[in-house]
Amino acid sequence: MKRFRALLNITSVRLSLAYTIVFGLFAVVLIAYTTIDTSRLLRHQTQQIVNDEIQALSAIYGGGSLSRFIRVIENRSRAPGASLYLIADASGRIIAGNVSDLEPGVLNQTGWTEQPFRYEGFGSAHGPDRQAIARVFELPGGLRALIGRDLGEPDRFRLIARRSLIVALVMMVLLGTITWLFVGRRALKRIDSVSQSTKRIMAGDLNERLSMSGSGDEFDRLSGSLNQLLGRMAQLDEGLKQVSDNIAHDLKTPLTRLRNKAEQTLTGDPDKTGYKQAMADIIAESDILIRTFDALLMITRVEAGSHAGNFAIFDLAAVVSDVHELYEPSADEAGVDFSISIPGPIEIRGNRELMGQALANLTDNAIKYATDSGTGNPQVVIGVNIENKTAEIKVADNGPGIAEEDRERVKERFVRLDKSRSKPGTGLGLSLVDAVARLHNGRLNLGVNNPGLVATITIPVAAGQ
Amino acid sequence: MRILLIEDDREAASYLVKSLKEAGHVAEHADDGEEGYEMALDGGYDVLVIDRMLPTKDGINIITDLRHNGDQTPVLILSALGQVDDRVAGLRAGSDDYLPKPYAFSELLARIEVLNRRRISGESETAYKVGDLELDRLAHAVKRNGDDIILQPREYRLLEYLMKNAGQVVTRTMLLENVWDYHFDPQTNVIDVHISRLRAKIDKDYDEQLLQTVRGTGYILKSESE
Repeated sequence: MKRFRALLNITSVRLSLAYTIVFGLFAVVLIAYTTIDTSRLLRHQTQQIVNDEIQALSAIYGGGSLSRFIRVIENRSRAPGASLYLIADASGRIIAGNVSDLEPGVLNQTGWTEQPFRYEGFGSAHGPDRQAIARVFELPGGLRALIGRDLGEPDRFRLIARRSLIVALVMMVLLGTITWLFVGRRALKRIDSVSQSTKRIMAGDLNERLSMSGSGDEFDRLSGSLNQLLGRMAQLDEGLKQVSDNIAHDLKTPLTRLRNKAEQTLTGDPDKTGYKQAMADIIAESDILIRTFDALLMITRVEAGSHAGNFAIFDLAAVVSDVHELYEPSADEAGVDFSISIPGPIEIRGNRELMGQALANLTDNAIKYATDSGTGNPQVVIGVNIENKTAEIKVADNGPGIAEEDRERVKERFVRLDKSRSKPGTGLGLSLVDAVARLHNGRLNLGVNNPGLVATITIPVAAGQ
Repeated sequence: MRILLIEDDREAASYLVKSLKEAGHVAEHADDGEEGYEMALDGGYDVLVIDRMLPTKDGINIITDLRHNGDQTPVLILSALGQVDDRVAGLRAGSDDYLPKPYAFSELLARIEVLNRRRISGESETAYKVGDLELDRLAHAVKRNGDDIILQPREYRLLEYLMKNAGQVVTRTMLLENVWDYHFDPQTNVIDVHISRLRAKIDKDYDEQLLQTVRGTGYILKSESE
């Protein structure tokens, strides 16, 4: 019983069962309807034959005598056929005809017998216990005549009907089972394999994927979507792992410095100004840590796409101009020639603050490295233009640039190239720019400026913006 | 100034209350959201400082309910949730300023004082005057000792903000937020260079230096003669 319940919980079994029951009922109704209709037609035809016979008899009988009529009946009774003839007296005793016995009470009413009745005839042609319908007449002198027709063995028709019903039902069950075997079990096997794989993946192997048959059916599509989901999860998981590793490596270093500073001060017994200086150093060191933490959190949240809810239309050219205006005095002070090139307004949908921060990071870097230029004429150019529905923001400097093999690597978190280790920075600036570009469905490209570096953010501008 | 602090971290709260008292203010403290909301409703505070994540009643809910009741006391949100979208949510709820944790006390104090000043003065003034420096907001004109001073548009807005908050310390992030409308960390000394350019125009040729640097915090525009 328990196993049966479990079997019922399988969708394909339930479906097959439901189909079998519905089609079974359908077959029963259909067969019953045909049976009833056929027997009605049969009886109607029989009645027609009986009526014809009666008409023929009354033509022969005409206005003749009763004895002649009896003789005609006698003659007809001897001929082989399905017709029944009977003449009886008032007490019910049979005088003539081919019927030896019949159900009592049939002769009591004149006209058509309401139901088929049972009778026994003479001779082997009319075996015992057969059914017939007939018409009953009253003849002069209290005699009664019965003209009718044999309907055959009563159970035979019912037998045929029952047999065809059984055959139909067996076929239904068989077809249902076969359907389940071929369709249901196949589906079940696929689902089982999916749930098995899912269990293994849940147990920890995020790199396993669901198998696909390649037929492109619903199961393949489902497996495909689940595989994509797994891919995204694995990617996020990888990001999370990387962040934790980075935190372990790169945040522990300044924390250690902080602790050492405090410990040194405590054991060194300095004077009041020494203490003050130490505290100021510690605060400065904590500020760097906080800044790194903030940048890290920001990158994570930008990558998770949680800012997408705050997207609005803004003018990209205005942001470029803002950043230029913000950094122009600093560039001037550093002796960098800082110029800007913008066309008219370029409206895009996105997050203005994040875009501003990304551009500020790029500009900050550009000014920092342009001063390393050997030419003695450090230059930075910031600009934006729009072409083929793609906005392109460029920040170019004529500093030392980045070697080709390092250009992808520097976008990763905490990656700082050896020659930049001496400069202030968290190693997160370009990671944030990259994340902001991708949040806007764009890309960050680092290229050559001959000499120097050109950082390009490309952002698709959707139609209607 | 009477300040109400709604903050569930007792250690942070007692440090803040003590520091605010040392700065010459009256500071009261509530542990949880419901209690803080009742105290704020009773009124009499000049500025409310509210943490965002609080037991019994969330900081954002306190502000929306206060504003719903017609209470317009300036509110500063203090929160560990410091990203752009968190700030937007706080400001939308009706707070006047938003400071992410961890923060420097000097930054908090500067912001509280600016909020209080705004409450008293409002936005209606058409001209500011600090010592012999004058700014006419209708004509967009700046004069020092009667001499015209020509400023770039951004320099004008920088000076306007400093004069509106004359006598108050303003921090670098406050300047970036209010003059440039950006909330990010500029990392390097970009603001300092803008200030020194402004100083060259309004202070360089005069005896009294009005625009002064407050070490480790920011800047203050004030005249000793007032």
